[in-house]
Amino acid sequence: MDNLVEVKDIYFKRGDTLIYEDVSVQVPRGKVTAIMGPSGCGKTTLLRLIGGQLKPQKGSIRFADYEITKLGRSQLFEARKRMSMLFQSGALFSDLTVFENVAFPLREHTDLPADIIATVVKMKLEAVGLRGAGTLFPQELSGGMARRAALARSIALDPELIMYDEPFAGQDPISMGMLVKLIRSLNSTLGLTSIVVSHDIHEVMSIADHVVILANKTVVGQGSPEELKQNGNALVQQFLQGEPDGPVPFHYPASEYKSDLLAGGRAK
Amino acid sequence: MNFFINIGRNTLNTLRGVGAASIMLFQALVGKPQPRKMFPLLIRQLYVVGVQSMLIILISGLFIGMVLGLQGYTILVDFGAEQALGPMVALSLLRELGPVVTALLFAGRAGSALTAEIGLMRATEQLSSLEMMAVDPLRRVVAPRFWAGFISMPLLALMFSAIGIYGGFLVGVQWLGVDDGAFWSVMQASVEWQNDIMNGVIKSLVFAIVVTWIALYKGYTAAPTSPGISAATTQTVVYSSLAVLGLDFILTAVMFG
Amino acid sequence: MEMRKIELLVGVFISVAIAALIFLALQVANQSNALRGETYTLYAKFDNIGGLKVRSPVKVGGVVVGRVASIELDSEYFEPVVEMRISNKYAKFPETSTASILTSGLLGEQYIGLEPGFMDDDIFVLADGDSIFNTNSAMVLENLIGQFLFSQGDD
Repeated sequence: MDNLVEVKDIYFKRGDTLIYEDVSVQVPRGKVTAIMGPSGCGKTTLLRLIGGQLKPQKGSIRFADYEITKLGRSQLFEARKRMSMLFQSGALFSDLTVFENVAFPLREHTDLPADIIATVVKMKLEAVGLRGAGTLFPQELSGGMARRAALARSIALDPELIMYDEPFAGQDPISMGMLVKLIRSLNSTLGLTSIVVSHDIHEVMSIADHVVILANKTVVGQGSPEELKQNGNALVQQFLQGEPDGPVPFHYPASEYKSDLLAGGRAK
Repeated sequence: MNFFINIGRNTLNTLRGVGAASIMLFQALVGKPQPRKMFPLLIRQLYVVGVQSMLIILISGLFIGMVLGLQGYTILVDFGAEQALGPMVALSLLRELGPVVTALLFAGRAGSALTAEIGLMRATEQLSSLEMMAVDPLRRVVAPRFWAGFISMPLLALMFSAIGIYGGFLVGVQWLGVDDGAFWSVMQASVEWQNDIMNGVIKSLVFAIVVTWIALYKGYTAAPTSPGISAATTQTVVYSSLAVLGLDFILTAVMFG
Repeated sequence: MEMRKIELLVGVFISVAIAALIFLALQVANQSNALRGETYTLYAKFDNIGGLKVRSPVKVGGVVVGRVASIELDSEYFEPVVEMRISNKYAKFPETSTASILTSGLLGEQYIGLEPGFMDDDIFVLADGDSIFNTNSAMVLENLIGQFLFSQGDD
């Protein structure tokens, strides 16, 4: 299989906290890859590693022809022109209108004349259903609209790879449905490769071609949604079924309950 | 023992901070200039940093000049030397109060705003998002703000001194009756272009670099949380005020000592 | 805000700053052109320079014509040598001119008072790099008192 992104044997520590012990992930070209896992397992960190904003202590990350971990600053900027990322908050520039936000990457990286930029921006806004909202400022948009506007901005330069960081978090069912549809349709119409980080299992399973489950600082399951459902790993099953207790315990590690209570006021 | 460990740790942390801040400034300012892209950004920042600080600078300058006129007169009149009011007001403004008070007000007005703005851009992932769009936030966000501060501060200090001298004139001549001609001519006899006005401008340029640099660095490295940004804003005002006062002593010793 | 309005306000800002600079330059700063523009150098040796400093004014009849550029000790005779920069506007002092170190007022600063001497056919005009030979040193209070007491004792 042809992989656009290949993450190999990553070891990553932030400060004194070990985030990844030994993580390898393949992202097939032209497919939607979902990265799932319990909160705090470092899903977003993986996106930042691929984007080169963080550097792992060990291991390699390949994107297209680039070895991200070895790039200098200017080469990294070259590589980033071919990928884009949709941030959880949307990260629209608050001092620019929606139209100018979408036009921003075009103005930065191309020398296109104003009327062509306007045409491209309108096309991108139409694709996310916000052509009528071009003159609004980000603070006038609802959460779902802001995310769609940010999506229009991230596809402005027709990247090869688009990374969605928690695209469904905090969305109502209607805008969630819109985003699911958008991610799927953009992927097929523009020939993109998508990485979706999320823990909304049902939405993700419905659009993903390839699913990676991260837990305990490593990959616990990888494959198509059907393969994962058959996966024997207890942790994978707990995550997919959403059971409150299992390999990921309900209780934070603590001393023995009875003796702690008997100890009175002193926490143990 | 712990005392020395603390000193060592604090020194190392300070050095690390200065090093990181220097690298940030270097990366922001060194590189291929892009005048066509930079110029509109610079104009916008001149507006935010300069124009919006103008009112507070003019009002403070006027009042400080008026107070200098009043205080100077009451002291000088005892020696029958009220003609020396002109040089006293002009020299204290041009050499000291103009650059220093402007820098302190600038740190409070524009510096804290810069820190908060950049800190918020960090917190709302706008800086990360710029990076992922292959736009260097140091060149795009930090550099125009730095130049705007560098250009604005000496201009603001000149305004401060000019309007302060006018305030001293209002109180000394119009109100207290110091002779009009003597006020200006004695002032002109003792104020020198190179020694007094230009040295004040040089001071002001140094303060501009320090205050803007601290504000940008604190904003850029602020923890992306509400307490993080508020702490960074406070630190900007405290550190830049201390730096301005300390540097002022050194510069004064070198220039007029 | 609209870009045009921002540009306008920044323009106003810069203009106010330039106006302030012009005000400071014309109304506040020293306008005597004695040190600006072209100058020439004269030297004078004194026995004692008193409180004379670098940048002290050189005056003729109260008009500032130049400034003291440097003060050094002659390595041979251990006499202070004062270098003066005089504006080219005031050239052609005869070599019979006298330089004295004077005090403005009772407690004021010290300056060099230049007194032009008589002019005659066989008398040269002081040019760049020349020295003034007729000099009067600064008065030192202790010496004055000493002389006064000495002359009292003589009577």
